[in-house]
Amino acid sequence: MIPLGTLSSAALLAVRINDLWYSLPLIVAVSLVYSATRHELPRPIASGAIRMAAWISGFMVVGFAILFAMSSML
Amino acid sequence: MTAKATASTEPRPEASEEQIEIDLKDPLFAAFLAWLIPGMGHWYQGRRHKAVLFFVCILGTFFYGLYLGEGRVVYASMRDNDRRLPYLCQVGVGLPALPALIQAKRKVPFQVPIFKDKDFMAPPKEVLPPGSMRTDDLDRLHKRLHRYWELGTVYTMIAGLLNILAIYDAWGGPAFSTPAKKDEDDKPDDSGGKENET
Repeated sequence: MIPLGTLSSAALLAVRINDLWYSLPLIVAVSLVYSATRHELPRPIASGAIRMAAWISGFMVVGFAILFAMSSML
Repeated sequence: MTAKATASTEPRPEASEEQIEIDLKDPLFAAFLAWLIPGMGHWYQGRRHKAVLFFVCILGTFFYGLYLGEGRVVYASMRDNDRRLPYLCQVGVGLPALPALIQAKRKVPFQVPIFKDKDFMAPPKEVLPPGSMRTDDLDRLHKRLHRYWELGTVYTMIAGLLNILAIYDAWGGPAFSTPAKKDEDDKPDDSGGKENET
């Protein structure tokens, strides 16, 4: 049987999942600008931005998983 | 890569990054231009692709945040019960955030018809101390804009902070991370040089 905490966390997530789309333009902008301050040529800027975006997304997923697990235990 | 203020070589697409010398022209003036309008400092230095990138990314983020907050999330206020600290980050975007300073000084804020809210970048008229039972202008803004108040504030703050990175890039060139391997490769050359001297 699924614990009540997990159910309520999942329900809250389902309601507010669309808000995560607001992070997408920020990830793109931050990755591109940060990468552009580390490189000069377009190709390294683009590859650096992709790496940075993957790193930010991964960090967000890990942070989300930790917070979701903690809130499920409440 | 070296970023010299005196060098005048244009970046060549086929050259590796380490071989490029960038003409920073007057770095302080470029930094000022980069603050005033994101990307303008790089345009002045002839770094056109980066100028366009900074202009689109930073101003796009700023104006999208301003749109989400209906023009009210960027305002300057240092009143005792309403210190708008996010503005310190937002002002990093330069000219687009400066109308907030003018609006803060005016008794009757000038109106911008593109937003529904007529008090564009104006501070809330009345802000009561915490614990007050009455609803003030800031409460009404929070209630009306709901989560868009926070989203708009975050977007505009991040735009200002990103422009600080761009200003640094205009002033000092790109901040390269030097690979560790290069140091190891340099060591034999140094010893070789010493041998030749002796």
